[in-house]
Amino acid sequence: MKHLISAGDLSRDEALLILDTAEELARVSERSIKKLPTLRGRTVVNLFFEDSTRTRISFEAAAKRLSADVINFSAKGSSVSKGESLKDTALTLEAMGADAVVIRHGASGAPHRLANWVRGSVLNAGDGTHEHPTQALLDAFSMRQRLGRLDGLKVAIVGDILHSRVARSNVLLLSTLGAEVTLVAPPTLLPVSVERWPCQVSYDLDAVLPKADVVMMLRVQLERMNAAYFPSAREYSRRYGLDRDRFAKLHDDAIVMHPGPMNRGMEISAEVADSPRSTIVEQVGNGVTVRMAALYLLIGGENQ
Amino acid sequence: MNFPMTHAQNQVARAVLEGPDIHRALTRIAHEILERTRGASDVVLLGIPTRGATLAHRLAERVAQFEGVKVPVGSIDITMYRDDLRLGPARPLGKTDVPAGGVDGKTVVLVDDVLFSGRTVRAALDALNDLGRPKAVQLATLVDRGHRELPIRADYVGKNLPTAKSEKVKVLLSEIDGRDAVELLKNETEGAAK
Repeated sequence: MKHLISAGDLSRDEALLILDTAEELARVSERSIKKLPTLRGRTVVNLFFEDSTRTRISFEAAAKRLSADVINFSAKGSSVSKGESLKDTALTLEAMGADAVVIRHGASGAPHRLANWVRGSVLNAGDGTHEHPTQALLDAFSMRQRLGRLDGLKVAIVGDILHSRVARSNVLLLSTLGAEVTLVAPPTLLPVSVERWPCQVSYDLDAVLPKADVVMMLRVQLERMNAAYFPSAREYSRRYGLDRDRFAKLHDDAIVMHPGPMNRGMEISAEVADSPRSTIVEQVGNGVTVRMAALYLLIGGENQ
Repeated sequence: MNFPMTHAQNQVARAVLEGPDIHRALTRIAHEILERTRGASDVVLLGIPTRGATLAHRLAERVAQFEGVKVPVGSIDITMYRDDLRLGPARPLGKTDVPAGGVDGKTVVLVDDVLFSGRTVRAALDALNDLGRPKAVQLATLVDRGHRELPIRADYVGKNLPTAKSEKVKVLLSEIDGRDAVELLKNETEGAAK
């Protein structure tokens, strides 16, 4: 494994190795000294062309806990706002000797391009509406932690699938790991090629909920919507929002997930988001350990 | 540490310790620990995975059997502290399992199967440093095969085994390998051991 660009690139063994490694690293977060010397002298560059709070902080914390040097770069206030191209930015980073580049970019495929220009490992932290593999890994990690297994787990991913890189990465990873994924969304919020994804599709949330072990609610990404995908926020919420009544339809062990940031009252009610069966807060903590595992496995060994 | 066994064609294995020998060596080490630590009241046994952790559990059983002292036992993985991480692909991690009482103020006995260069023990000392501040650290090993590269020695040794550097020592334990034995592997052809 040299780069982590798509969750679909991971074999079952590689994905499980990341999850198992993360499980060991999770104990480090419980210690008083939350640091390992493993990546001493290595440089990790966080290259963020899009706004992000939790992913950037999570990658930064992960790299620092492994003793790597972290350089943060955000497009605002950088040469990018003066018109510098991705390639020139990449070459600048290359000259600084980055061992790993964590990139978030608004264009799908940007990490893939970047991987051809830099010698270090590229980690995709979200590219356009394409993929967000570390989010899928931390989601799988959280599911396994709560429910003890992934094989045969019934996972419903609900909401704005069309604009969601989290959904695509989750479908690819979870199918590799043996879970059964059902996407639930209005037809306008499903991508055209969805029938070729390794999952099922439903338009009816109420029919899917009683069978689900995991319900993952996605944010309606209004900032990416350039057309009217549903009549009104209220109607969307009525048909696809997870409120108290729908929550009651889940079986007793089922969990509710959300990659954040949430629109409380839109896709998920505050009551559901704050319930003990919601993993939303622990997903953030798990994000750090899963990203530590990915960084360790990618750049902890010999230079390729 | 156990060595990645790349079985060369002409490797000859010779058993140097059999099951009963290992049993007796561990019994003696358990007595020595009790003697040296005056009853093992503040002792924590930490094994280095994989086989060191198994040995630590066996030692704890014996200590409990001889004097009825329940010694806390756990494991300490050293992978993230190794000095040779950059010489190979990233390794999977072993289990670190520190007993509930922690290591602060305790006498920690590190347990490993084979003492060779001493680099594993150095890494274990670093790992231990991040877990707390023990009163003292001691080292128990089933086999000391010599060829130290660092100023490290064991406090409790099951068997001193003179070896050539090119030979390999393999410890087999019934919990993991189905039987107890220590084998010396000789390469008929040349080929340096790890």
